[in-house]
Amino acid sequence: MSELTIGILGAGKLGSTLARIGENVGLPIRIASRHSVDDLKWVIDTLAPGAVTTTPADLIAQSDVIILAIPLSHYTDLDPEAFAGKIVLDATNYWKEVDGTHNAISDFNHSSSEVVQAHLNKSYVAKAFNHMGYHDLEIEVERHPDVPRAMAYATDHDEIRPTVEHVLRAFGFDPFGLGPLRFGLLLEPGSPLFGEAIPRPDFAAKLATIYDSPFGQHVIAARGGKIE
Amino acid sequence: MTAKKYQFGLDTFGDIGFKDDGTAMDGGETLRQVVKEAKMADDLGIDLIALGEHHRPEFAISSPEVVLGAMAAVTKRIKLGTAVTVLSSDDPVRVFERFSTLHGLSQGREEIMLGRGSFTESFPLYGYDLQNYDELFVEKIAMWQKLLEGKPMNWSGKFTQKLTDTTVYPQLPKSETIATSLAVGGSPESIIRAVYYDIPVVIAIIGGEPIRFRPYVDLYHKAAKQLKKPEHPLGMHAHGIILDDEQEAVEVGFKYIKAEMDRIGIDRGWAPMTRDRFEFEIDKGAYYVGTPEQVAQKIAKNMKALDMQRFDLVYGTGGQLLHQREDTIRNYATKVIPRVKELLGGE
Repeated sequence: MSELTIGILGAGKLGSTLARIGENVGLPIRIASRHSVDDLKWVIDTLAPGAVTTTPADLIAQSDVIILAIPLSHYTDLDPEAFAGKIVLDATNYWKEVDGTHNAISDFNHSSSEVVQAHLNKSYVAKAFNHMGYHDLEIEVERHPDVPRAMAYATDHDEIRPTVEHVLRAFGFDPFGLGPLRFGLLLEPGSPLFGEAIPRPDFAAKLATIYDSPFGQHVIAARGGKIE
Repeated sequence: MTAKKYQFGLDTFGDIGFKDDGTAMDGGETLRQVVKEAKMADDLGIDLIALGEHHRPEFAISSPEVVLGAMAAVTKRIKLGTAVTVLSSDDPVRVFERFSTLHGLSQGREEIMLGRGSFTESFPLYGYDLQNYDELFVEKIAMWQKLLEGKPMNWSGKFTQKLTDTTVYPQLPKSETIATSLAVGGSPESIIRAVYYDIPVVIAIIGGEPIRFRPYVDLYHKAAKQLKKPEHPLGMHAHGIILDDEQEAVEVGFKYIKAEMDRIGIDRGWAPMTRDRFEFEIDKGAYYVGTPEQVAQKIAKNMKALDMQRFDLVYGTGGQLLHQREDTIRNYATKVIPRVKELLGGE
């Protein structure tokens, strides 16, 4: 799968960090944002040397795997036709500072990545790269070179699991499959798993007791039970 | 070549402190303590003290300029700043009035550091929608710069009031201004924006190896060239505890800095800090915790690696006992700052 082209949509804190990590591990990375290529290029040349700056349209067309590193609330700007057939790694989270004080997008019965998948209905969406702080993507990985950090993902499409795992591994993480996309709720802000950059056994242990946490209790109350 | 000029400051959010017997102070006691600490810092020759606004139980300072006003009356030389003023959820006109008042009271020792605010309590508190987080900041920075021109204001904006030939009082004396800087975290856009507005930058480096911020420093210099704007000296802001006993400093840090990060983490979705990560932050990362010599070496190393000319030490994080706060200030002023200047070969 060395031919896989990876495109990062969004060049803020997360997008530029992922581009830098990708380039450091030798992946060919394309990146695009709402800024013009001219405005973005010198920024990316500084923050993630080697990554190719392009337009969103070109990035979507040319990439096999597209990482969404944009504000969640911008998902409606994405054209489902343009994304048809693509693997989309949704790294977005509902964030009050950018998405608004009141979350009108997602709730405990409609996790944010399920909303994104419903919109990109011709794409293969996986939730991934969302639960680790953008600093920790580098800090925690580099200071534990021998013990990879678990990066959880969730998707409804079993056929893309090998590719998703390949990408996560290439970025330096230990892929941790959570199951179908609805389980991605457990990775959202507020969950005990959110913010965690820990090895697989520790991550599994936290997952095993998640319904004992206040967050887990809220999930049960809202959904009438655990996520099945 | 003349020696480089460095500036060393102390920052605090007015963390609710603890008396030496361990009992918590109340808000008023904490505020009076911070004023006392400013006087101490002034007497010891520290360049600046800067206060951050917070609107949460752990902190006593929600109105920094009032506290700075009290400090102005008991200090002579120290600069009196904010770190940061959340301009987006404030009225630039009223901010100008408060700072020009402070300008008069302190004879021009006031400084303002603007930030988008990584804490967002102030938005709902003052009736602003976080949906407009970015737009509010952009518009209000522009209004702030216009206010600093000192001419009758003509202004119309989307989130701000319309002004027609309006003069805002007290006016600053002719050819004087309110020193303004911009706080940034890890957002490339914030750095470029600071360059665009021609405002000096202070980077908050509160986690991980500081050298990681080198690309952002490079971005700052590159942006200045790209946008044909002047480059200003850069500053950084970081947490620290400086005690004569290294082990004591580490334990105080673990008790208070970790506790504070974890409390904030609950709201912000961070996982609790592990002991291992905490020790990493002291050894290689962003915390300046240890003896005066250890801290001086680390500050000098990181200022050099990142081309910094300003260093702001956040003291009293998580509260701490009075003597721990005061020892940190004393050690910073009398041992660390002179030693850092010596190591950097500047003044």
